[in-house]
Amino acid sequence: MSDKKNGLVKPENAEFDYSAGLAKVDADKFADPGIEPHRVRMTDKSVKHEKAAARQVASLFLFSIASSIFAIWAYFGIKVYSFDLNSIRSNVLFLGLGIAFGMLGIGIGAVHWAKTLMPDAEVSEARHQTRGSEETRAAAIEVINLANEESGFSRRKLIRRSLYGALALFPIPGLVIFRDLGPNPSDTLKHTMWAPGLKLMRDPSGTPIKASDVELGSVFHVIPEGLAELGQNEATYDEMIAQKAKAAVLLVRVDPAILIEAPERKDWSYQGIVAYSKICTHVGCPVALYEQQTHHLLCPCHQSTFDLPDACKVIFGPASRPLPQLPITVDKDGYLIARSDFTEPVGPSFWDRKA
Amino acid sequence: MSTANGNKQKGGFLAGTANYLDERVGVAGILKTFGRKVFPDHWSFMLGEVALYSFLVLLLSGTFLTFFFQPAMTPVIYDGIYGPLKGAHMSVAYASTIDISFEVRGGLLMRQVHHWAALLFVASAGLHMLRVFFTGAFRKPREINWIVGFALFVLGMAGGFTGYSLPDDLLSGNGLRIIDGMIKGVPVIGTWISSLLFGGEFPGHGIVARLYSLHIMLIPALILVFIAIHLFMVVIHKHTHYSGAGKRDDNVVGYPLAPVYVAKAGGFFFIVFGVIMLVAATFTINPVWNYGGYDPSPVSAGTQPDWYIGFLDGALRLTPSHLEVMLGNYTLSLNVLIPMVVGVLFLVVAALYPFLEAWVTGDKREHHVLDRPRNAPTRTAIGAAGVVFYAVLWAGAATDLIATNFRMSLNQVLLSLQIALIILPIAAYIITKRLALSLQRKDREIVLHGRESGRIVRLPHGEYVEVHEEIDEYTRYKLVDFVNYQPILARPNARGKITIRGRIRASMSSWFFEDRVTPVTPAELKAAHSDTKELH
Repeated sequence: MSDKKNGLVKPENAEFDYSAGLAKVDADKFADPGIEPHRVRMTDKSVKHEKAAARQVASLFLFSIASSIFAIWAYFGIKVYSFDLNSIRSNVLFLGLGIAFGMLGIGIGAVHWAKTLMPDAEVSEARHQTRGSEETRAAAIEVINLANEESGFSRRKLIRRSLYGALALFPIPGLVIFRDLGPNPSDTLKHTMWAPGLKLMRDPSGTPIKASDVELGSVFHVIPEGLAELGQNEATYDEMIAQKAKAAVLLVRVDPAILIEAPERKDWSYQGIVAYSKICTHVGCPVALYEQQTHHLLCPCHQSTFDLPDACKVIFGPASRPLPQLPITVDKDGYLIARSDFTEPVGPSFWDRKA
Repeated sequence: MSTANGNKQKGGFLAGTANYLDERVGVAGILKTFGRKVFPDHWSFMLGEVALYSFLVLLLSGTFLTFFFQPAMTPVIYDGIYGPLKGAHMSVAYASTIDISFEVRGGLLMRQVHHWAALLFVASAGLHMLRVFFTGAFRKPREINWIVGFALFVLGMAGGFTGYSLPDDLLSGNGLRIIDGMIKGVPVIGTWISSLLFGGEFPGHGIVARLYSLHIMLIPALILVFIAIHLFMVVIHKHTHYSGAGKRDDNVVGYPLAPVYVAKAGGFFFIVFGVIMLVAATFTINPVWNYGGYDPSPVSAGTQPDWYIGFLDGALRLTPSHLEVMLGNYTLSLNVLIPMVVGVLFLVVAALYPFLEAWVTGDKREHHVLDRPRNAPTRTAIGAAGVVFYAVLWAGAATDLIATNFRMSLNQVLLSLQIALIILPIAAYIITKRLALSLQRKDREIVLHGRESGRIVRLPHGEYVEVHEEIDEYTRYKLVDFVNYQPILARPNARGKITIRGRIRASMSSWFFEDRVTPVTPAELKAAHSDTKELH
């Protein structure tokens, strides 16, 4: 099959155009026997089978009609009662099944029709190289030259270069206007709501915790005093979430004998009660799991494990830094209070957290 | 030629309509060009179709959901029909998701259709890419279309993640928190990007609305544009076909578009939609009412992202401890940076593979006949290594579930996966390459000596032999129709020097083609027939 028009000369069964590449063309190659002869189907040679196939296709379409009607009935007919989730489940199930079978009937029917009753002999169609023929390419070049000449694009340097400059600059205002998506990152990332004297409150009830309520081995999820109130007011709800995302604390009481405390942190705990930031130093998930036997804190997201008695140092998992400790003590009524804010930024690391 | 009155058409309403359309949009020319276009048939060509159709399902179900969903983080007190959440503080986004689930008939069904279709979209696009990779369909002239398809895969993941975060529930909120933690780990600009994305400190009050704009406008629009380009290029190139008798680089063998492919592909759309609907009607997915609204303090154990984000989550988990370093006063979170770089690098290498392979092989010819994976052993082995690497990262996202379900130590599961991430891809490469070469040798043997028939015959002198049946010429052609490539040699350039680039290319090329098995030639077959003792 010669295709001179496309600039190709291809003898029958030869590989395509060997202008480049390193395929070794074996002169001694099996000849292509051509498309395999069509195998006759039962529906081609037997009227009985053909009629049966036609009946099957029509039945599938009829089944689809019935299913769609069933779906409409399910939508209106299956009442959804507000107190009964089962009614919602039935509605979803039967509506969905009706629609699904309505579609599957059409789909399977159409494919069955194509496979049994439409011609299944493979046919061949010529395919040309993607690149244009030499004439086409010459004509394209001619178009470009003409356009260039008529516009003077190459000739008029000043116009061309000023256009480049204009095109390079015009998108920048489009980027600049996104500046107000958010404020400058400020030092708020480095501070939390905790302040000297703030009571440690239960999350989410917001009730204070007496040191005597904290039994050995027990765990409290803690928020600072005043946070729960922020959440009660719709105007400050966002503020509550943002503060909680930094200020959440885990409170645990262990045997004071097993605590390994640095000299400067000696007064950060109270009779074996220690408070640590609940926000993982890896990527910020809440470190919500406490293993009572080993005194390990485990982050359920990526399994960073912190050794609570040893200043919450990382003993396993992808985190790098210990959880920050909240210095605590008790007030005159025996309620746990913070001595200060955390002494370092909580949560995941960021570039200038120490700067 | 139409007269002043138009042409009088014989026939009924259909003919009239056709005439009307042709005289206004030239539909006859379109039908003449495309109506009988030939399209090759193979089950693996349906994978891309599944992706296309699940995208249509996503558009339809997603449009339904937009009518009811409210993308705002404004706080409300829930007062709907779902008892356990009555009186709870939550965002409007979460409340409207609960309402769609319980108070809009068909709403829960559509939510589940949308979520299942999204999972299927990314999955089928991924499988389609594997098919294209392992059959070498990405070779010239389809390299650009590979990039377009790759962009679609990434856009699919982006669409999935932005949608996943919209309900503002506890699970997706923690997912966003992880994203925020990763962004903050980017050196120098991380804190800025986080502040711009969330409109201030995490979680802010605008992220849901922002993700919503991306999710329902920008991303689907880009996907549509890329699908249009993808399919336009399929029309230009015409579809590839598998090697076999009658299939050449200068033809396309298959069935005509009308009527066979109209029925098959059209019917297949309904099958894909029907199957998604069936799954959505019978299997719950993302029951957000169980999780509660987002709250930064609680988290549930054993949480998992949608499957296509798993490899990134796994990369985060498999990173060793204590990688953070200080550069003066600045913190460089290598423990977050490394997994991000590994994930991105993996995707970039996959995207650029067609160009890398073309450089190594020096092959500049057009290819329209697909490679059988065994006939490109090195490529197949590279692909297998890539799949295994991805799979180990993916398994890494489930370390906790593997440990609890199989009662193993979490630490040992993680350590094993860290080792597996290095060892298994290498093993997969070696094993796959050997398997491909063995299959090629088996093909040679079948061509030369025929198929084992299982019939044992006793010869007059007492020897037992198995009768081999010669294969027909069509089967044989499929087994011999591949090209015997030669590696590129390092050649001196114009100045008589062999460049380092040239040397690298030559050694990569000989690595790519080493151990190759050549196709049987007619002469070999003749020789095998003449000196064989086998019975045929």
